[in-house]
Amino acid sequence: MKTFVRQFLRQSLWTLLALPALARADYSWNFPEPVTPIARDTLKIHNEFMLIITALFVVVFAIMIYSMVKHRKSTGHQPAKFTGPKGGLQWFWALLPFAILLFIDFVLMGIPAVHAIIEMEDTKTKADMVLKVTGMQWKWQYEYPESGVKFVSTMSTPREQISNAAAKGENYLLEVDNPVVLPVGKKVRVLLTSTDVIHTWWVPQFGVKRDAIPGFLRETWVQIEKPGTYRGQCAELCGKDHGFMPVVVHAVPEPEYLAWLDKKKAEAAAAAGSGDRTWSKDELMAKGKEVYDKQCVSCHQANGQGIPNAFPALAGSPLCNSEWQTKDGKLIKDSHVDRVLHGKANTAMQAFKNTLSDVELAAVITFERNNFGNTMGDMVQPAQIKALR
Amino acid sequence: MSVATTHPGEHHEHHPSGILRWLTTTNHKDIGTMYLTFALIMFFVGGIMILAVRAELFQPGLQLMQPEFFNQLIGVHALVMIFAALMPAATGFANWMLPLMIGAPDMALPRLNNWGFWLLPPAAILLTLPFTLALFGIGDGAIATGWTFYAPLSVQGGIGVDFAIFAVHILGVSSIMGSINIIVTIFNLRAPGMTMMKLPLFAWGWLITAFLLIATIPVLAGAVTMLLTDRHFGTHFFNAAGGGDPILFQHLFWFFGHPEVYILLLPVWGLMPHVLSTFSRKPTYGYTAQVYSFIAIGVLSVIVWAHHFFTVGMPVPALIYFMFSTMSISLPLAVLFFCWIATMWRGAMSFETPMLFALGFIVLFGMAGLTGLVLADVAADAQYHHSYFVVAHFHYALFAGGIMGVMTGVYYWLPKWTGHMYSETLGKWHFWLTVVSFNLTFMPQFFLGLAGMPRRIPDYALQFAEFNAISTVGAFILGFSQLLFAYNIWRCVKGGEKAKDQVWESAEGLEWQLPSPPPYHSWETQPEIK
Repeated sequence: MKTFVRQFLRQSLWTLLALPALARADYSWNFPEPVTPIARDTLKIHNEFMLIITALFVVVFAIMIYSMVKHRKSTGHQPAKFTGPKGGLQWFWALLPFAILLFIDFVLMGIPAVHAIIEMEDTKTKADMVLKVTGMQWKWQYEYPESGVKFVSTMSTPREQISNAAAKGENYLLEVDNPVVLPVGKKVRVLLTSTDVIHTWWVPQFGVKRDAIPGFLRETWVQIEKPGTYRGQCAELCGKDHGFMPVVVHAVPEPEYLAWLDKKKAEAAAAAGSGDRTWSKDELMAKGKEVYDKQCVSCHQANGQGIPNAFPALAGSPLCNSEWQTKDGKLIKDSHVDRVLHGKANTAMQAFKNTLSDVELAAVITFERNNFGNTMGDMVQPAQIKALR
Repeated sequence: MSVATTHPGEHHEHHPSGILRWLTTTNHKDIGTMYLTFALIMFFVGGIMILAVRAELFQPGLQLMQPEFFNQLIGVHALVMIFAALMPAATGFANWMLPLMIGAPDMALPRLNNWGFWLLPPAAILLTLPFTLALFGIGDGAIATGWTFYAPLSVQGGIGVDFAIFAVHILGVSSIMGSINIIVTIFNLRAPGMTMMKLPLFAWGWLITAFLLIATIPVLAGAVTMLLTDRHFGTHFFNAAGGGDPILFQHLFWFFGHPEVYILLLPVWGLMPHVLSTFSRKPTYGYTAQVYSFIAIGVLSVIVWAHHFFTVGMPVPALIYFMFSTMSISLPLAVLFFCWIATMWRGAMSFETPMLFALGFIVLFGMAGLTGLVLADVAADAQYHHSYFVVAHFHYALFAGGIMGVMTGVYYWLPKWTGHMYSETLGKWHFWLTVVSFNLTFMPQFFLGLAGMPRRIPDYALQFAEFNAISTVGAFILGFSQLLFAYNIWRCVKGGEKAKDQVWESAEGLEWQLPSPPPYHSWETQPEIK
C-alpha cells in the first residue's frame, strides 16, 4: 500500500510533466484497423460524424466566444434589449440552424446509418458457415455446429501477472488457451447465447458487438478480410471476472482452417475414447488439478477456501465430504457430483456438464474430494459420469 | 413590497432549536438547506468511491482491491451521485427558490416536504450499509452489478442487491413526494398575475422534471420489485427458463433511466437563462421557445429508451425507430443552445463565478450533446457501446451538465441564501481547476473507448495504460478541487461581505426583491404581478 502511494505520486508527477509530450507517445486516437466490411463501414461513418460534430462545435462556440470577447461590460458594450426574432429576415436566421440540423440528423447522418444497420443485421444472406458462441462466467464456449467441434476458451494470462508478482506479457489479459479459428473471406454467421448472465462478445477490429443472453439466441456476422490474430473482450458487466474473459480470433486461409478443424475433431474423438477406459487415481488427480486451475480457481480459490460470503469453500465442505450416489448407484440430489454437473440456480455455479468432458468432470470431482484437506478417498470414473448424462 | 413581508417577532417565527428544529421543520428554506447539505456530503462520499476506483485503474494489474469490491464501488458511486447528490441538490434548489421566485409563502405541502427529505438519509444508509456489514462478515458487500441492476446478474447477487432495491424504493417515494409538492406549489401558489407563461424558466424546468419523475419512478420501482420477487419468491420475470426475459428488465429500467437524464438536467436548463441574462445584463432570449423545448424534451425522453441497449439484438425497424427518435432530441436541445447564446449576444457580459460555470456548462455540455448524437447512430454505436466512450459521454452530460450546473446555481444564489458574498477569488480558482481537471479526466476516456477499452473492468490491457494514468491524475485534481468549493460555501455561511438584496447588478425576478438573506417566512402577502 505504502509503496503504491509512493509509486502513485511519482507516476502522477511524471504523467503531468509528460503531458506536453503527449503527441509523441504511442497513443491510439481512433478505432483500431478494421478487418471486416462492417468495421470499415463503421469507421467511415464514425470519421464522418466526428467531422460533422467537430464542425458544429467549432461554429457554435466560435459565435459564443466572439460574443464573449466583443460584448463585455468591461469594454463598455451597451446591452441590447431584444428577446426574440423580429421580422422575416431575423426569423430566417433563427430558423436556418434548425433546418441545417434537421438535414444533418435525418439525411447526412441518417441515411448512411440506415444502410449500415441493414447491412449489419443481415446475418443470413450468403452465410458460409455458423459459429455458435456461448458466454458463461467467465469464459467463452465456441461451437462449429456443422462439424460438431466444440471447446471452451479461457484467459491464459497467469494470475501472477495480474497481481503484479510477474512482469506483464505483451498480450496481457487479451490471450486465451483455445482461440477461435475462422477462415478468411467467408461470411460467418455468429449465433450468441449464454448459460448464466448477460455477456457481450466484442472484437473491436470486426466492428461487431452483440449481447449473449441466457435463454435466447442472438446473431451477428463477420467476414474477416485479412489473416491475423484479433483480440477483444466481454463488454457487459458479468460479475467478478468480467475483466478477464477475452476473445481471441485467429483468422487463417481456408485450407489452414480445414486442417485445424480436422485436428480438433481428432482430438475430440481421442478424448471421448479416453473416457471409456478406467483411470487411475493419480491420473485423475493430475488431470483434475489441471481442470480446477482453469475452471474453478477464480471463485473457489487455489487453496479451496473460496471467498467468504461470496463463494463457498471446498475445503471441509459437507458436499465434498459426503456420498454422491446411493447404494444402488443413483445420483443423490444436491450431492457433490450433482452440483458440478447441474450447477446451482441463480449463482455463478454453472452446470459444467455442458462444457466439460466426462474425463474432465470425473477428474476435477475426484481432485476436489481428495484435496484441500478433504479425505473422501473415493474416485469418480469418466464412465460413471457418462452414465449420468 | 419586500419590507411588507417581514414581521419580526411574530409567534410562528418561534421554532424548536437544535436538532429538533431540523427534524420537525416544515419551512421550505430549512428543508432546502438540508437537501443541499445532504447533497454536498453525498457528493464527497460518491467522489471518494470513484477516486478509489481511479487509483486502482492508474496502472494495469490489481493493486488496491479485488474485482468484486471494484464492481461494488462503481455501482454505488453512480447510485450515490445520481440519487443522493444530483437529485437532492436540484430538489434543494426547488425548495429554496421556487417559493421566492413565484411569490409563494412556502411550499404547498410543508409536512410532506419534511418527510420527503427525511427519507433520504435512511436510504443513503441502506445503500452504503452493506460495505460496513461486509467488514463484520455479514454478506458479501454492496450491489456489484453497476447502477443498472441488470438481471440475471442482479438475481445472482448478494444482499447488497436487496439493500439497493429498498434504497431505490425509498428514494423513489421521496422523489415522488417532492415532485407532487412542486407541481402543486407551481399550479396553486403563484403570485396573483403570474400566468404560466410568466413563470420563471427555472420553475418551468422543474415542473417538467416533476412530471417526468411521477411518470417514470413507479416503473423503476416496479422493475426492482419484480427483481426482488425473482430473487426471493420464485417468480421468473427475468428468467428465460421460467418463460421470462432478461431484456424485459432493460426495457423497464431504461424507460425510467433515460428520462432520468433529463430529470437531472432540466432544473439546470431552467436555471441557465436566469444566470446568463443576469450577467449579460439583457433579458432572456426566446422564453416561449424554451418552454416548448422543455415540454418537447420531456415528451421525447420517454420514447427513446432502447438506445441504451442497441447491442441486445433488436429488430431492424426498432433500431431505426429508436435511432431517429433519439436524434430528434437534438432539435429542442439545439433551441436551448440557440437561446442561451442569443441571450448573451450583444449583451454587456461580466464574468463572475456563476457566469464562468454557466459558460463552462454550455461548452462542455455541448460536447455531451454532440457525442450523444453520434451515439444514437446504431451502426457506430456497436463500437461505442459499453466502452469508455460512453463513460466519457455521460460524464460530460452529468458532471459538466448536471454538477457544474448545480455549482452555477450555488454560486448564483448563495449570497441570497446566506446574506454574504462568497470569495470570488476562490470561486474562480475552483472553476478553472474543475474545468481543466475535468477535461484531463474524461477527454482521454473518449480515446480509450475508441481504442476498445470496455467499461467496468478493474484491470486492462497494456495499450490502455497511458490514457488511464492521465485520467486518474485528472480525477484526483478534480476531486481535491471540490474541497475549495466546500470551503468557499462554509466561509460564505460563516460571514463575509454583506450581500445586497439584488445581489447581482441586473438580476431580475421576485427573489431579488427580498432581503438577503430572506426572512424565515417570506411573501406572506403575495406580490402582484402586472
